[in-house]
Amino acid sequence: MADSVIKTTAEVPKENRIGLKASDYQGGKSTLCAGCGHDAISNQIVRAFYEMNVKPERVVKFSGIGCSSKTPAYFLSRSHGFNAVHGRMPSVATGAMLANHQLLGIGVSGDGDTASIGLGQFMHTVRRNVPLVYIIENNGVYGLTKGQFSATADEGSKLKSGVINDLPPMDLCALAVELGCGFVARGFAGDPKQMVNILKAAIAHNGLCVIDVISPCVTFNNHEGSTKGYQYSKEHQELLHQIGFVQSYEQIEVEYEPGQMKEVTMHDGSRVLLKKLEEDYDPSSVMDALTRLHAAEEAGEILTGLVFLKPEKKSFLDLLNLTDVPLRDLQIEALRPKPEALDRIMKELM
Amino acid sequence: MSDISSTAVLDRPASEAENPSVNDLTIHVATVNGSGSQSSNSVLMRSIFQMGVPVSGKNMFPSNIAGLPTWFTIRANKDGWIARKKEVDILICMNAATSKEDVEGLLAGSLCIYDAPLNCKSLRSDVTFFEVPFGKLAGEVSQDSRLKKLLTNMIYVGVVAELIGIERDEMIAALNKQFKGKQKAVDLNVQAIDKGSSFARESLPKQNQFRIQRMNKTAGKIIIDGNAAAAIGAMFGGVSVVTWYPITPSSSLCESLIDYLKQHRIGPDGKATFAVVQAEDEIAAIGMVLGAGWAGARSMTSTSGPGISLMSEFAGLGYFAEIPGVIWDIQRVGPSTGLPTRTAQGDVLQVFSLSHGDTQHIALIPSSVRECYDFGMEALDLAEIFQTPVFVLSDLDLGMNNWMSDPFPYPDKPIRRGKVLDKAKLEELEGKWGRYADTDGDAIPYRTLPGTDHPDASYFTRGSGHDEQARYSEKPSDYKNAVDRLARKYETAKQYVPKPIIEERKGATIGLIGYGTTDFALQEARHQLLKEKGIETGYLRLRALPLTSDVRDFVAKHDHICVVEQNRDGQMGDLIRLEVGEDQKKIRKILHYSGLPIDARFISDSVLQLETMGG
Repeated sequence: MADSVIKTTAEVPKENRIGLKASDYQGGKSTLCAGCGHDAISNQIVRAFYEMNVKPERVVKFSGIGCSSKTPAYFLSRSHGFNAVHGRMPSVATGAMLANHQLLGIGVSGDGDTASIGLGQFMHTVRRNVPLVYIIENNGVYGLTKGQFSATADEGSKLKSGVINDLPPMDLCALAVELGCGFVARGFAGDPKQMVNILKAAIAHNGLCVIDVISPCVTFNNHEGSTKGYQYSKEHQELLHQIGFVQSYEQIEVEYEPGQMKEVTMHDGSRVLLKKLEEDYDPSSVMDALTRLHAAEEAGEILTGLVFLKPEKKSFLDLLNLTDVPLRDLQIEALRPKPEALDRIMKELM
Repeated sequence: MSDISSTAVLDRPASEAENPSVNDLTIHVATVNGSGSQSSNSVLMRSIFQMGVPVSGKNMFPSNIAGLPTWFTIRANKDGWIARKKEVDILICMNAATSKEDVEGLLAGSLCIYDAPLNCKSLRSDVTFFEVPFGKLAGEVSQDSRLKKLLTNMIYVGVVAELIGIERDEMIAALNKQFKGKQKAVDLNVQAIDKGSSFARESLPKQNQFRIQRMNKTAGKIIIDGNAAAAIGAMFGGVSVVTWYPITPSSSLCESLIDYLKQHRIGPDGKATFAVVQAEDEIAAIGMVLGAGWAGARSMTSTSGPGISLMSEFAGLGYFAEIPGVIWDIQRVGPSTGLPTRTAQGDVLQVFSLSHGDTQHIALIPSSVRECYDFGMEALDLAEIFQTPVFVLSDLDLGMNNWMSDPFPYPDKPIRRGKVLDKAKLEELEGKWGRYADTDGDAIPYRTLPGTDHPDASYFTRGSGHDEQARYSEKPSDYKNAVDRLARKYETAKQYVPKPIIEERKGATIGLIGYGTTDFALQEARHQLLKEKGIETGYLRLRALPLTSDVRDFVAKHDHICVVEQNRDGQMGDLIRLEVGEDQKKIRKILHYSGLPIDARFISDSVLQLETMGG
């Protein structure tokens, strides 16, 4: 299997550019099962924020309910976190981002939390393009309630008890593309190098980022017959491209043959590099993205990489024409109109 | 215990018909929904208001855009009684589908203006009829078929104005207000009014039973609906995040708010000091309110009963995790289709304990447009002071109907943001603080806002399982500490919520308790009881939950208590019973729940009946 990433940086330094250590990005001890894919993702979240030089105090973490939704307690302890109710993380995140547009939001959800109970909020949050890194830790089962199928379970996949899923899976990436999301990616918890580059690109993106990560449940869905276990995923991972990420301050030029690489500049000046393993794939084409996702599903492949990227799309906060000062910091002078305004309103009503 | 429930008894006192009634009449307009009668009714109401006569208007409309019957009642009353009066004095009968029933419902001696083809005069002999060929008259003003329909409504304004003495100049002023100075529209409608007036003058018999005469009781007053008043209050209260999902009868609250915010809350840089989101449903609306409140904005939403049900899970999370947010509940009749456009006070118990587990919510209960304005501000303050969802229980009658009021005064209180630790305070504390610790003994903890630039500012927000440091905990003692402190916090709230308004009367053995829109009818009923039967009554008007000790004291001072409300089971009465212990045997319920606003005669009759029954 080809390497999923393009090497862009040398050694990772012991301190980042804002003088923090990787340990400043750590969270509490995980209480998930040993080997859980979710923990691998949390590690990459820590690394991505550290390497992106984001102050943890600026980050705000959201989640719904389920094993995945516990994980925000296991990374970035110095960031505020909000473990909401089942399937409703997106609305809480939306409200918080409205209150303070300077925050950097990351939401962690699962396939049950997003594809079933939370499908409505997921879709409307995509439609609004709320700036948020929205990670779905997708294992095809409800872990915390002990292994029932979720709506992303593949047709024909088998539970430990032998029960076979006979309903078609929902493809959250295809759904996100369909609804106009400007950043759609699929990752695999067993491919941390690709994961961290996707996360960095997401942190640099102004708008909603949907990242569907195949994250095996070692307890309830990692056996023979499962289509979301480590073994199956490794065997069926299909790379859309190699991905690289170059920070805005880095002077790195990556050598490549003409026509072999696509560069996308993000709104903060950083660059996403996509080496075209599939030559004619255009990541800014909705049609290409949907066609490829459907083809992968039919072939039983787990297609990973940045499926769709359109950084220029306006975010919900841009559309609202909000004042530069975060709403939560506005003082009475800005919040309460002057007495003349009330007089005028009263006169109109007389 | 005795209960009295709503049954409509139409019984005009004999004396009333003999005395000409000046500035004391009810006009009932029966039309078809979507026919454009709303402007005509507004002009009629406003002209009476401008003549200095206290007036109120109530729209009784169907859940429908066009075609179903609708009624509008205007009550003019020189003494300022503005509750609904069910006895109709003048019927304007325009709807073939209901004309028979409308006419049959009149008391003997009433007047009825009707559209000629309806031939109402054949229905009764004890009502004075005024037949008007509206279609023909409208055709003389305009040939345009769409305009003709609208002008027909304005013609009845002219007819009734001529019959009862509404001045032409005031109608023109009201038209100018209604059509915001659009001269062409004003001119055309003046023509229609004149057409109606001259027809009445030349072709209809005179009547001297009901008159409007200029007086001076409305100078300087405003007319506004409760939803708009709430919106103005919220804006001056500094609301910064508003989320909503359309639902009758609450939609106009957020719609008014959007209009006012656009006019008055755009900063000098041309940018908005507010965010409004039309959510995908009420669950998302409350989720956004809590997210915004958690992150430090002043947030609110408005909805009605069905939306409140959907918000239930989040309401519990807001209570346990201690997150501010304001929820306006414009109450209406129950679920789904049927009577969503009719008024009720049926959400009291639902709101009081909304959600799972041990929850108790703060609720403010306005009973006038002025209180909608005041509580629009107060609710935002209380939500942040107590770090909890705060509900405001209005209803369709208050929210969507027009009410007269003195102009609202500019707020004299600062905006109160509650206990928030910023970076400087955290430095003073050397980062030592506990999100859920009761540091001050009032059971209200301190919070930090996300984005606070201090390494010890952060904490993790969850539902039920947390200790004082907001660490995950399932320990029995931690859970018990948390819920016991929440109960103590609710106790503290009793000192902050608006106190009941109490009027005690020497020697009164009967105490009346009401809240919300029941107030107008209750005040008038007390007047009726005193004037007609010499019965003095005490009165306590509730303005908030939790109930305060004032209720217990008031109940103790009276032999009988009648709790008057607009729901079937007497929900507030039950809460009061829980509150007063032994005295609960004194509690009686007077319940009106037909979908129409309660009226004074219903209450005074019910009180008398309960007294006769001896309870």
